[in-house]
Amino acid sequence: MRKKWTFLSLVIGLLAVLAGCEPLMVLDPKGPQAETTANVIWISIATMAIVVVAVFGLMAYVVYKYRASKQSEDYEPPHIEGNPIVETVIVAIPIIIIIFLSIVTVKSTYEVEATPKGYEDQEPLIVYASSSDWKWHFSYPEENIETVNYLYIPTDRPLEFRLYSYGPITSFWIPQLGGQKYAMSDMITTLHLAAEVPGEYMGRNANFSGKGFAENIFQVEAMSPEEFDKWVEDVKTNAEPLTEEKFDELLEPGHLGQLTFSGTHLEFLPPPEGHHHGSNDHESEHDSEHAHDDGEMDHADHK
Amino acid sequence: MDYFDRFAIPHPSPAIYASMVAIGLTMIAIVIGLTYFKKWGYLWSEWLTTVDHKRIGIMYLISALLMLFRGGVDALMMRAQTAVPDNKLLDAQHYNEVFTTHGVVMIIFMAMPFIYALMNLVVPLQIGARDVAFPRLNALSFWLFFMGAMLFNISFVIGGSPDAGWTSYFPLAGNDFSQSVGTNYYLIAIQIAGIGTLISGINFIATIFKMRAPGMKLMKMPMFTWTALITNAIVVFAFPVLTITLLLGTMDRLFGTHIFSMTNGGMDMLWANLFWVWGHPEVYILVLPAFGIYSEVISTFSRRNLYGYKSMVASIVIISFMSFLVWMHHFFTMGQGPLSNSIFSITTMAIAIPTGIKIFNWLLTMRKGKIEFTVPMLYSVGFIPIFTIGGVTGVMLGMASADYQYHNTMFLVAHFHYTIIPGVVFAMLAGLTYWWPKMFGFMLNERIGKWAFWFVAIGFNVTFFPMFFTGLDGQARRMYTYSEATGFGPLNMLSFAGAIGLAIGFALIVYNVYYSTRHASRDIGSDPWNARTLEWATQTPVQSYNFARTPQVDSIEAFWDYKKNGKPLFKGEIEKIHMPNNSGMPFIMSCIFFVWGFSLVFSMWIPAIITTIAIFACLAHRSFEKDDGHYVSVEEIEATEKDWEVLADENR
Amino acid sequence: MKIDNSLPLEYGTEQNKMNIFGFWIFIGAEVMLFATLFATYFTLEHRTGSGPAGSEIFELTPVLIETIVLLTSSFMIGLGVHAMRIGRKNAMITFFSITLLLGLVFLGVEIYEFTHYAHIGAGLQVSAFTGILLTTLGTHGAHVTIGLFWGLFIILQVKKRGLTPQTANKAFIFSLYWHFLDVVWIFIFSFIYLKGMM
Repeated sequence: MRKKWTFLSLVIGLLAVLAGCEPLMVLDPKGPQAETTANVIWISIATMAIVVVAVFGLMAYVVYKYRASKQSEDYEPPHIEGNPIVETVIVAIPIIIIIFLSIVTVKSTYEVEATPKGYEDQEPLIVYASSSDWKWHFSYPEENIETVNYLYIPTDRPLEFRLYSYGPITSFWIPQLGGQKYAMSDMITTLHLAAEVPGEYMGRNANFSGKGFAENIFQVEAMSPEEFDKWVEDVKTNAEPLTEEKFDELLEPGHLGQLTFSGTHLEFLPPPEGHHHGSNDHESEHDSEHAHDDGEMDHADHK
Repeated sequence: MDYFDRFAIPHPSPAIYASMVAIGLTMIAIVIGLTYFKKWGYLWSEWLTTVDHKRIGIMYLISALLMLFRGGVDALMMRAQTAVPDNKLLDAQHYNEVFTTHGVVMIIFMAMPFIYALMNLVVPLQIGARDVAFPRLNALSFWLFFMGAMLFNISFVIGGSPDAGWTSYFPLAGNDFSQSVGTNYYLIAIQIAGIGTLISGINFIATIFKMRAPGMKLMKMPMFTWTALITNAIVVFAFPVLTITLLLGTMDRLFGTHIFSMTNGGMDMLWANLFWVWGHPEVYILVLPAFGIYSEVISTFSRRNLYGYKSMVASIVIISFMSFLVWMHHFFTMGQGPLSNSIFSITTMAIAIPTGIKIFNWLLTMRKGKIEFTVPMLYSVGFIPIFTIGGVTGVMLGMASADYQYHNTMFLVAHFHYTIIPGVVFAMLAGLTYWWPKMFGFMLNERIGKWAFWFVAIGFNVTFFPMFFTGLDGQARRMYTYSEATGFGPLNMLSFAGAIGLAIGFALIVYNVYYSTRHASRDIGSDPWNARTLEWATQTPVQSYNFARTPQVDSIEAFWDYKKNGKPLFKGEIEKIHMPNNSGMPFIMSCIFFVWGFSLVFSMWIPAIITTIAIFACLAHRSFEKDDGHYVSVEEIEATEKDWEVLADENR
Repeated sequence: MKIDNSLPLEYGTEQNKMNIFGFWIFIGAEVMLFATLFATYFTLEHRTGSGPAGSEIFELTPVLIETIVLLTSSFMIGLGVHAMRIGRKNAMITFFSITLLLGLVFLGVEIYEFTHYAHIGAGLQVSAFTGILLTTLGTHGAHVTIGLFWGLFIILQVKKRGLTPQTANKAFIFSLYWHFLDVVWIFIFSFIYLKGMM
């Protein structure tokens, strides 16, 4: 019993601490997709609370009532094989719960994988978000601009992110706008988001990708469409153009801070779409060849 | 000198140099100690060459506890590093190595040998057998596992540890992004240990199917034996997948193929799929034996038979099938589309149903019982609420749309520790305490054991409960540090405090072993817990041949029936017993495997070829060897049994 | 050791039965092993990068020779086991020897095939496709190689020790292994070569 009280007081204590803090990021949505997931999370917590209360309650009752110390010396526990009715009940109730949650899951999964509800008739803003060790490149093909490690987006407009990677698998995640999705080297994945409240949000790579992973974050700023258009114009006129040499430089492993360019890398280095069978236009290829040519001798080279 | 450069650590630190010195000194001390006390012969003839399942079990146990220590130190380092924002205790590289080795060591080199320790110790006794089906293969399994573990563990002093996470996703783990030999260690050490596990799987299935005592039908097997059977069936079907996955990874890293690479058609998603096709069943390989242990312990200390035996068996069989159908939930975020994600969400959540049945059956077993809170029972009762939290958060993670938010966060880390620690570690500690007297002939101190339990249980919750919150607040897993602005600091500090509590708990368990070895009574009889299954119908410690006469069984709780209803267990005359001979071959062959693995890690082809030939020479030697085992004579058995055959009166 | 004479020699003792049972489980594991390789192969089949596709490199003649040779060897070992059951030691040794010789021919052709691939620019390191192709074929080939040595040891033992429950048990288990390799090859032949050539 002692354990139970310790545990409960811990939970209550934690909730009290948290109540004083800002709301948890995932449960503080600023866009329709994040709102859907937050609702699903709340539904699941509520449903699961029933299970937890049932199990904890039953356990507390059994452990309290049938302790050896509460029973007479000569009490002989009975031999009970099982009871079909009881066993049907303990199967049936979980099945009902799972069916309910399955419906919620399927519905919400289709929702967050599509253009957000209510935004279907708008033209989405397409952003190619590609990762390289340990930064994010955001290309706006229609606006013909590119940024590194920061993302400006208009509010109240659907956003369509096309994700891919110039290295290890990474995961593009803006918790307050929606769930994450992987960026990989040999295919494009698509993530549909939208922002409803202007403000600054945290974005990061959530999938471990090596030494610089912890700092692999980007800043998201949602602003009104007018402000966004102004920013685009501003970048177009003032930022230096992105050249192929410059982009190769950017791909080198490291952290860069925030950069802005006019033009995108999509023109000279198209994303993996279309050539799924592997591309040869990548510098890492000669690296790996090199590492294998002679395993005996060139190990020292890597130091 | 260039040749030797490869053995250097790529990222040395004072801690690693200190470890090197400590390892060196320990080795020297062991050698000197063995020589001084003239124990080399004893070590060789009684342990290194043994084929006795009980001794192999004890060796598994010792290895598992050593690895628990290693993995635990890794865990403490991680929690210490993240206790405060912008901590400089470990750098990113070092932290990456620590969490990688923590995962691998805990899953493959701690949990796996721990369950095989208990299976080895208990399963043959529970089914009334003399040994396992293939005793020598059993020794080979252990030594392959042991050499794999040693190979993995030397990585941090020779050549560098793996640093791509225990899941080792390519292309991060490929040569382009992991240039040190660390991932080679990962691939080859796990391969060697994995072959050992596969052999064990075959061995135990054959043992359980073919060597049960007369009358013990499948539906009369004790629950732990049932879980062992199903676990090993999963091993036989899942481990070949791991074998191929590691082989393909090795091909990429050592032989320059492009299977998982970013160029020439390689496919990075393939590794994740193959890894989890093994990896998810692996979770159930770990947790099913734990369910078996809880079933034995709860039934024993509630003084009642297990409630719903048939539904328990049905649920483990269903779980084992379903464990192969859910792997994709480890990467809902890979862009398979909502249809696949929905299907795998449903299969994932459906596993909660058979698992729920088990939880309720345990509760119903305790109902109308006479519950005694011994240490094993405390762990079993403590398991239920904690595992329930692990289970319900598992259902939450199984909901694909919500998983997009939990994936790769501390929420996930909290969830799987909430399943794996009560589901494996608590069970192992319960099983260890429960079967300790059977192994060593004395009991662990209950008072210290209870203190340890409370430290472990409370420490655990304090460590991992806060992670649910930091996860929902956007703390990704595997980050070596975070800035103060994120606000993760206080909860991470709380986690660190909990981790210290856990560490104290484990230290108390070690102290308990020391204390009990010195002070515990040796006069405990053969059935100190008043238990119900056949392993307690033997002497303590168990004779080399287990049972002088094969027991006759006609119920699930044969030993209980014998004690309560006087149904005779042993009938007939004592006959001579055929036993297998000891053999040095498994040990020698595994040593060669170690050298083979080491050569491959560093791409040293000449020793690799020589050792490959040597391994086949060992197999050839085994093929030609004539070894019919030996007999224990009737006189010898009678002399051993003379003091003990009083079992009949002792427990009435 | 108790010998049950009502059963074939290879099943004669408890340990023999257990060995055969254990080996069947091992074959179960091997099925998973090759199934994983096949699944990987089918995933990567068309990912040829800048290298050749299957239809450009597969040649029917060597593959047909390999298939016929291996199928015949499987038949031969069946005859060998039959000879063993009726107690004809020399016939058994002959059939087992023919089996191994055919196995050797298979291996020879496969080595030729591999060098040929290397020559025409379809080596191990060329693409995901060639990598998994050669790894799958190589895994099967390695099994055959191990089988050749294993079979040789068994022939020597039968020669020296005669047909005892132990040697018969080993020979029977080896025949299971060999048949299994044949089955795997049929899958390789149908789903890698024929499918690839079409």
